[in-house]
Amino acid sequence: MDRTKRRAPVWAVIALLAGAWLTGSAGAEDAAVFRAGDVSVEAPWSRETTPAARAGAAFFRIVEAGEGDRLIAASGDVADRVELHEHVMEGDVMKMRAVEGVDVPAHGTVDLAPGGYHVMLIGLKGPLVEGESFPLTLTFEKAGTLGIEVRVMDIGHSGDAGGHAKHGG
Amino acid sequence: MNRRPLLVVLATGVVCVVLALVAWLWWYPQAEAPAVAEEPVPIGGPFTLVDQDGREVTEADFAGRYMLIYFGYTFCPDICPTSLQTMSTALSMLDDEERAKVAFLFITVDPKRDTVRQMADYVALFDPAPIGLTGTKEQTDAAAKAYRMYYRVPESDTEDYFVDHSSFVYLMDEEGRYVTHFAHDATAEEMAAKLGEVLG
Repeated sequence: MDRTKRRAPVWAVIALLAGAWLTGSAGAEDAAVFRAGDVSVEAPWSRETTPAARAGAAFFRIVEAGEGDRLIAASGDVADRVELHEHVMEGDVMKMRAVEGVDVPAHGTVDLAPGGYHVMLIGLKGPLVEGESFPLTLTFEKAGTLGIEVRVMDIGHSGDAGGHAKHGG
Repeated sequence: MNRRPLLVVLATGVVCVVLALVAWLWWYPQAEAPAVAEEPVPIGGPFTLVDQDGREVTEADFAGRYMLIYFGYTFCPDICPTSLQTMSTALSMLDDEERAKVAFLFITVDPKRDTVRQMADYVALFDPAPIGLTGTKEQTDAAAKAYRMYYRVPESDTEDYFVDHSSFVYLMDEEGRYVTHFAHDATAEEMAAKLGEVLG
């Protein structure tokens, strides 16, 4: 009895530390991770829009644990058309173009982030409202289809600090 | 016997390359020099537009204040909100006194879709919010032309089209003269530092 009582504070401290570590890491991950096969899609997000907006974009990080894969399609009911796009700088003009797919290197990551690759939502069926979320289905060459939930963020949101970078493997 | 002409050709070649290099080094700085002349940069000028409350405004309404200007369109899915947010964040880094000296302007190049109402809905998403300026196509075209903006609004029967456009942030002084511009990838910190320097 005595021994258990004496140890109780120790266990409490351990429990607190474990709790802090768990919530801390969950916060750092921004909660949502979606997995299929070797592919994980982390923290999908989109920007809020005006009520009359017709277009939006969805962003996320793809982490590949295997020998490499390729994102070949995205679909969803949120808009009339859902396409994979990228921004390219031509001189001083930023142009957007559709891409056939996005390669994910072996044991590497790719960011779909502002100014680069993104899932383009054309002909939104309704405004994107901060705090809400919508489903998208991603198709990978090897990992197959993966359902994700995209969180709608404040218009000022830009993803993580390395948002502009595309990381190789 | 046969190697001699080859040597001559090679030596001539080397001499030519060296001469070209020397000439280039000699002339290059001089050729660049006229670009640094003290003439005002021909960017900017008068405009007549309509703000998000439906009021007509001209450049004269902002006289006495610096103008931080971005051209874009509200249906722009990524590039425009990113740039406007960078500007908004940069302004929020200034103190109240400095911020009061700057007019934050967002001018559309797509007035067909960017009505006064649409501009009002859009600018309200930012804090601090830009003044959203639209107008007739002639008015927004004239403003964009004065700032040497490149843009191309495609012919479209639908509401779903995208506008290619140059993505610069212009800083103009209290008399509407060009001070500097920021490229698309400028950070809020860089912009705030430059603003602080110019305003201070």
